[in-house]
Amino acid sequence: MSMLSVENLNVWFGHGRDRVDAVKDATFAVARGESFGLVGESGSGKSTILRAITGLAPDWSGNITVDGKEIGKRREKAFFKTVQMVFQDPYASLHPRHSVDQVLGETLYLHGFTDIDTRVVNLLDDVGLGAKFRFRYPHQLSGGQRQRVAIARALAPAPEILLLDEPTSALDVSVQAEILNLLADLRTEHGLTYVMVSHDLSVVGHMCDRLAVMKDGEIVEIMDVATLRNMQATHPYSQHLLQASL
Amino acid sequence: MTLLDVENLWVKFPSRHGVFVAVRGVSFTLGKERLGIVGESGSGKSLTGRSILRLIRPPGIMTADHILLEGDDLMTKTERDMRAVRGQRISMVMQDPKFSLNPVMTIGAQIMEAYMLHNAVNKKAAYAKAIEMLEAVSIRAPERVMRSYPHEMSGGMGQRIMIAMMLIPNPQILIADEPTSALDVSVQRQVLDIMDTLVKDRGMGLIFISHDLNLVADFCDRVLIMYAGRIVEVCDADKLREAKHPYTRGLLNSLPRLDEPRARLEVLQRDPAWSEAPSVSGRI
Repeated sequence: MSMLSVENLNVWFGHGRDRVDAVKDATFAVARGESFGLVGESGSGKSTILRAITGLAPDWSGNITVDGKEIGKRREKAFFKTVQMVFQDPYASLHPRHSVDQVLGETLYLHGFTDIDTRVVNLLDDVGLGAKFRFRYPHQLSGGQRQRVAIARALAPAPEILLLDEPTSALDVSVQAEILNLLADLRTEHGLTYVMVSHDLSVVGHMCDRLAVMKDGEIVEIMDVATLRNMQATHPYSQHLLQASL
Repeated sequence: MTLLDVENLWVKFPSRHGVFVAVRGVSFTLGKERLGIVGESGSGKSLTGRSILRLIRPPGIMTADHILLEGDDLMTKTERDMRAVRGQRISMVMQDPKFSLNPVMTIGAQIMEAYMLHNAVNKKAAYAKAIEMLEAVSIRAPERVMRSYPHEMSGGMGQRIMIAMMLIPNPQILIADEPTSALDVSVQRQVLDIMDTLVKDRGMGLIFISHDLNLVADFCDRVLIMYAGRIVEVCDADKLREAKHPYTRGLLNSLPRLDEPRARLEVLQRDPAWSEAPSVSGRI
């Protein structure tokens, strides 16, 4: 049974003549422990799918099933214990006036944990930062370190699915390698399921088992990474994307 | 032929915790070629580009033995004389079109303003020139674009408009600071192709600043690799993959590749000696 399945998902913004259909009839399923990639250019609706899953895009129709349970319009608390998201820009996703300890402590508190102190330290160890970073503020951290904090925050409620929205596109290549390695390690350690959005085919090729290519809000092709590596994409748009990223 | 000759360039920022040295003794020359400058954020590559136009604002301090633009030393020029250089002889395309276009002026008004500032022409001639330039950067329906505001443009279009604007005065040197990093891969190619043709046709020198090694290897003729404010290696772009410096090697190996799958990516091990070693000269 799949961990996350999305069927006939439509997401739109605005209404009347201003209505924009950002995602049209998207269907895919991600198995437990799998890493699934979504690629496409800006505006193709790949991030919007993630936002619809987490409830950040209010207008959607279709079925989203997480671990066998269908998601309603209002998400329950248990949902957020299962699904967490890491955002693109580590410079924008951390509160500038909250220390790392506050960021993680608050998340843990909201999820009803009581042993916050030990958990904060464990989380920081998990993402390779260590306890010495605990009382720092975001401006005292580099981009890579901030993204590690954002990942630690997502890991705080011990989720099973991690939605990654371009987790490395704001980072340098050398730092990107560190974060990608960290994500790969965390996936094996915690048995996580990933859905990763990226415009970089080589990053998706490295991280994912299967991927969907999106164009204008539609999924044009779903293939596994071996097909991608052998350049055997069938849809002309995927081929075009492959050519462009070589 | 040498268009630009930079010798021993330093950029320093005094702060409460002592002086921060951002660029340390960089020297290079530029001919009619595409010169790439690559490095991570904070390596001083953008500041190097900005210093050529003397765009380092106080409290930043910039020093150089000389910056010769066709034998003309830019370091000795007054701020007033520099205005005749900026845009006219050396142009710069910045990273994000969203921040470099005026949001409350139409595209047309901005392009025409830039043109009329440097040339004594009437509005009609400026309009014709602007349309011609927009066509040169393959923008369809230039008349409509002239009437639009920057927020109505996509990123790729915005960047092409910036390029059009920078090329109108027909400068000898174009400095492109990460011109494509805000763009998608498919649009990226288009913008690069346009820049490439323009540079070739007009015999301009191009300084292409980027953090993307593959892009630079494909697009440029010669590459300077910067680390901690110094040039650590200079090589021909097509030989970038055979680069010798451990830093360049580290950067190349940390890239995930489609054709060579690996379980783990190599992480760059930094050696403090790299930032101590003197800058390699980028002169030919």
